[in-house]
Amino acid sequence: MAEEKKNLTCICCPMGCQITVTLNDGEVTDVTGNTCKRGDIYARKEVTNPTRVVTSSVRVTGGEIPMVSVKTKEDIPKGKIFDCCRAIEDIEVPAPVKIGDVILKNVCGTGVDIVATKNVAAR
Amino acid sequence: MKNYDLVIVGGGPAGLAAAISARDNGIQDILIIERDDRLGGILNQCIHNGFGLHTFKEELTGPEYAQRYIDQVLERGIDYKLNTMVMDISPDKKVTAMNREDGMFVIPAKAVILAMGCRERPRGALNIPGYRPAGIYSAGTAQRLVNIEGYMPGKKVVILGSGDIGLIMARRMTLEGAEVKVVAEIMPYSGGLKRNIVQCLDDFGIPLKLSHTVVDIEGKERVEAVTIAEVDDHMKPIPGTEERYECDTLLLSVGLLPENELSRQSGVELSRVHKGPVVNDALETNVEGIFACGNVLHVHDLVDFVSQEATQAGKNAAAYISHGEKKAKRVVKLNPVDGVRYTVPEFVRPEEMDDTVTVRFRVGAVYKNAAVCTYFGDKCVARRKKQIFAPGEMEQVVLKKADLLADPDLKEITLKIEEA
Repeated sequence: MAEEKKNLTCICCPMGCQITVTLNDGEVTDVTGNTCKRGDIYARKEVTNPTRVVTSSVRVTGGEIPMVSVKTKEDIPKGKIFDCCRAIEDIEVPAPVKIGDVILKNVCGTGVDIVATKNVAAR
Repeated sequence: MKNYDLVIVGGGPAGLAAAISARDNGIQDILIIERDDRLGGILNQCIHNGFGLHTFKEELTGPEYAQRYIDQVLERGIDYKLNTMVMDISPDKKVTAMNREDGMFVIPAKAVILAMGCRERPRGALNIPGYRPAGIYSAGTAQRLVNIEGYMPGKKVVILGSGDIGLIMARRMTLEGAEVKVVAEIMPYSGGLKRNIVQCLDDFGIPLKLSHTVVDIEGKERVEAVTIAEVDDHMKPIPGTEERYECDTLLLSVGLLPENELSRQSGVELSRVHKGPVVNDALETNVEGIFACGNVLHVHDLVDFVSQEATQAGKNAAAYISHGEKKAKRVVKLNPVDGVRYTVPEFVRPEEMDDTVTVRFRVGAVYKNAAVCTYFGDKCVARRKKQIFAPGEMEQVVLKKADLLADPDLKEITLKIEEA
């Protein structure tokens, strides 16, 4: 039985409760320090499967502006944020680009696509 | 030049929502004047997500949020001019503007909505000692360079100020391969959202030093190092606490100021606290027919509230154009005290106001287990408890017309923070 404690700051409101999560063999056994239900839900997710939506921008060729903003269509595992950024840093897409256009399929094997978040017209 | 009933100065989130609302309330001839080369304003460079939770119940990026309003403006066929700078607004609402195609032109408008937004407080306003080398940027300038122009401002970064743009840029620069060494904040608390502190700093192990400021900048041609020190209760650096960070870039995220040069020229009275126009319940300034909304009125933290406020301004400007000014029968002043720094609006007209009016305000410090209390004269009429009030989060109370009408002798409404 390996007991482990993790400390984190709740992001659900400006209180920023300091939450301590106790894990036993990877299973959450206790959540303390939170002052509401939202903190409990956040803490359990954050210690077992933390995910983030990653936003960035990639180069556009022949567009009215040189960069188009992009995001992961859904959240991806937190541990893959840097891999995701490296995977898209050399991408160039030709204008025009529309919001929702897929820029890269299945980034880093996450099953999540990178999509454009801005319209860029051709020059 | 075509004639316009309503001229909206600024094509960002406030200007767009105001235009849509004015059209939906019956105004045909509307012109949006935008100085940049596209609509959407600062949202175009805010490529992170988290916008629109209140309005659309989903998390959008800035450009996506802007596009939803741009599409509505285009669907309605509302006119707009890009790359156009407004030079002057006269008290009788003649708007003077210029661009490369039309040269200088004057539009005699029936009503004007001020939606110019805000800009960042620059280094010059801070009195930071040291040299003036290249490599010192406001966080928003760096954001534009990285996200729109595609340039990295530097590789080793120190950030002064923990406003949301600074926090967002700490993450953005890190993801683009820069090393962000520290974020220094002169106040004992951060002005940014908790979510941003966790997801932009903690996620990447970037330290946040509260009660710290920059005391020296080294480097003649380019920033070479920045020294920060802890400050005491009077914000004076404490000798012996200096820490030196080698870096090539210093980003400043030290506050936003409503951009009101045009308002001032036209005779609009400005608040000394929130730096925007003093307005009534209709968001109308002291100059009849000139309205204000969004960050030019007071700096918001959520764009959703900018859109809501601008929708009100558009509706009220439409009513003014259609029916003219209603002479106020009486005016009730809003009095912010004890932790409430200011209110928008500053006064309400009980007989003329809508059924409800949202009063927005900010608190001056962090208050835990407190309540925002509304007093009609010395009678407490409403009390809302919250676990925490923070300066970084805009607060609101809603006034009901019926309550104000029920009190014909009401002169003043006081808002204050009390212990819960």
